[in-house]
Amino acid sequence: MSPTSTTMTGHGVSPGLACAPLARMTPPVVTDPDEAPGDNPGHEVQRVRQALAAVAAQLSTIAAGGTAGAILEAGAAMASDPALVQAAAHHIGRGMPTAHSLSLAIDAYCAQLEEAGGYMAERAADLRDIRNRAVALLMDVPMPGIPRPGHPFILAAEDLSPADTAQLAGSDVVGLLTEKGGPTGHTAILARSLALPAVVGCPQAAALPDGTPVLLDGRAGTVEAHPSPQRRRQALEEARTRTQPRTKGPGRTADQHAVALLTNIGTPADALRAAQADNEGVGLFRTEFLFLDRREPPTLEEQIQAYSQVLTSFEGRTVTVRTLDAGSDKPLPFLQLPREDNPALGLRGLRTATLRPGILETQLKALVTAQRRTGARMRVMAPMVSTAEEAAHFAGLARSHGVQTVGIMIEVPSAALAADRLLQHVDFASIGTNDLAQYTLAADRTSHALSHLLDPWQPALLNLVAKVCGAAEALGRHVGVCGEAAADPLLAPVLAGLGVSSLSMAAPAVAAVRDALAQLALEQCRSLAAAVLDAAEPAAARATAQEMGEAFRAAAHDREGL
Amino acid sequence: MAQRVVSIGSRSGLHARPAATFVQAASQASLPVTIAVDGKPPVAADSMLGVMTLGAGYGDQVTLTADGDRAEAVLEELAALLSKELDA
Repeated sequence: MSPTSTTMTGHGVSPGLACAPLARMTPPVVTDPDEAPGDNPGHEVQRVRQALAAVAAQLSTIAAGGTAGAILEAGAAMASDPALVQAAAHHIGRGMPTAHSLSLAIDAYCAQLEEAGGYMAERAADLRDIRNRAVALLMDVPMPGIPRPGHPFILAAEDLSPADTAQLAGSDVVGLLTEKGGPTGHTAILARSLALPAVVGCPQAAALPDGTPVLLDGRAGTVEAHPSPQRRRQALEEARTRTQPRTKGPGRTADQHAVALLTNIGTPADALRAAQADNEGVGLFRTEFLFLDRREPPTLEEQIQAYSQVLTSFEGRTVTVRTLDAGSDKPLPFLQLPREDNPALGLRGLRTATLRPGILETQLKALVTAQRRTGARMRVMAPMVSTAEEAAHFAGLARSHGVQTVGIMIEVPSAALAADRLLQHVDFASIGTNDLAQYTLAADRTSHALSHLLDPWQPALLNLVAKVCGAAEALGRHVGVCGEAAADPLLAPVLAGLGVSSLSMAAPAVAAVRDALAQLALEQCRSLAAAVLDAAEPAAARATAQEMGEAFRAAAHDREGL
Repeated sequence: MAQRVVSIGSRSGLHARPAATFVQAASQASLPVTIAVDGKPPVAADSMLGVMTLGAGYGDQVTLTADGDRAEAVLEELAALLSKELDA
């Protein structure tokens, strides 16, 4: 008889289903206080120094390239800390064995970091990784790290260090499961950048032996050990439909109503990847990502070149550019913004243009020049617009520079509530659901404890989307959605039913959204939207959309069968 | 003995990369330097762990101290570094 299925929960930090046997990290060696100490203390201290230097060099090598770069650089600096050698030398001096002396020295610093909490506590994992590596060198045992079982597996560990996670790309890992770690930890960040489903902070996972079949849901944060054959099929089915889209080309409902499927891009590398994929262009080009590291404002010529490159790679498709969206949480050093206590409510987005108007004007000049050189289809929109005056001012400025299609982002509740007035001044609007949820529900986007309030299915949020769509329809304007909501295949038909005419998301999400839209007619999307707006809470809204969608699809199946 | 008080200019605070940059510069200085946050004992400026555990945030004031021939010049250079945005 097969073992019964058991389910445990943690924090879902990177969405997706993964189903595979579990494999544990090669565990680190535990140092032995009773091992014989070295004969010559001076020589032993030197060995510690060399081991730490070798670890620092390893970390620097792995740091070269990849998202983990900054974290690993800090790791290399920690491994090079002369205080570690001194502390280990102290233990060696009182007759302790070498490897154990280093363990004691590093553990004391780990305890200090953990006591400090927050960001520091998460660095304790980095420091433990340094200990494990240096100890493996001192004791001449295999380096702890990623297992290579030779088949797809879910990697289980107490916690992952940046060095571990940087080595994941290219291995057979299909999901991540850790006992420790929080939503802001590097495991979460790296899992998302590698699109690996991940659950962190799941202490019960410690009880799962190597090789246990596991089904991991990185959205719900659940982990099922020994899943039923039915659940496994479901997971495989999801993984298959994710990789093999049933539809192609422009977004259409079953009755050929167009819903443009666009992508969100930031870096030139994003742009190249997205340009090669099946989509209708860019719905959100986050221009600030080109200049995040800058202390001096980017020059006109430099911007023309950067924008031309992106516009050229999307030749024949529309590119929607968002002007610089900086703020105290996403600082562009060259803007020299003041320090603020509530950055989310401070000088952000278009508001920074009141402080540094020249920067926005240079950007508009560069965009128009790039558009003329490439002959691309370009739309330009401003972030964080709150009032009709701001919309009018931005539209006037953009048009005076020669921008043909001008829009605004709707992220602030006031902009949604007064959309009938704001939209008079512009050609289109794009709803940024992540920020609109943050401001509507008064819930910090970075707070994990408030994630239920940031759910894109919150009725208050969807009612604001409906309000914007209503105002836009009366004025004959297009409304798009960018943000988390646009990438949810269950929500896409609802948004289409509300009157949204384009959805912009990370390029890999497009296929599933296109498939979902193609299954329902516009009228059915509208019924779905009406029912969802009436739902009392997000779970009910989802359930309603799911049930109605299934009923519509079943009916369509029956008709085909006749 | 020379001292300098300076406000941290990195918005993420004296963490990760900014701390690594500062520690590296301090390790290359010709004489030992300490860094302290108000009310806490000073730590060696060439110790990444010491500097990180200061927990100095953006805008916080830190005191750099050194003793020796070129102390003034060394502190001047390190203070200038700390006042800049290093998380880039």
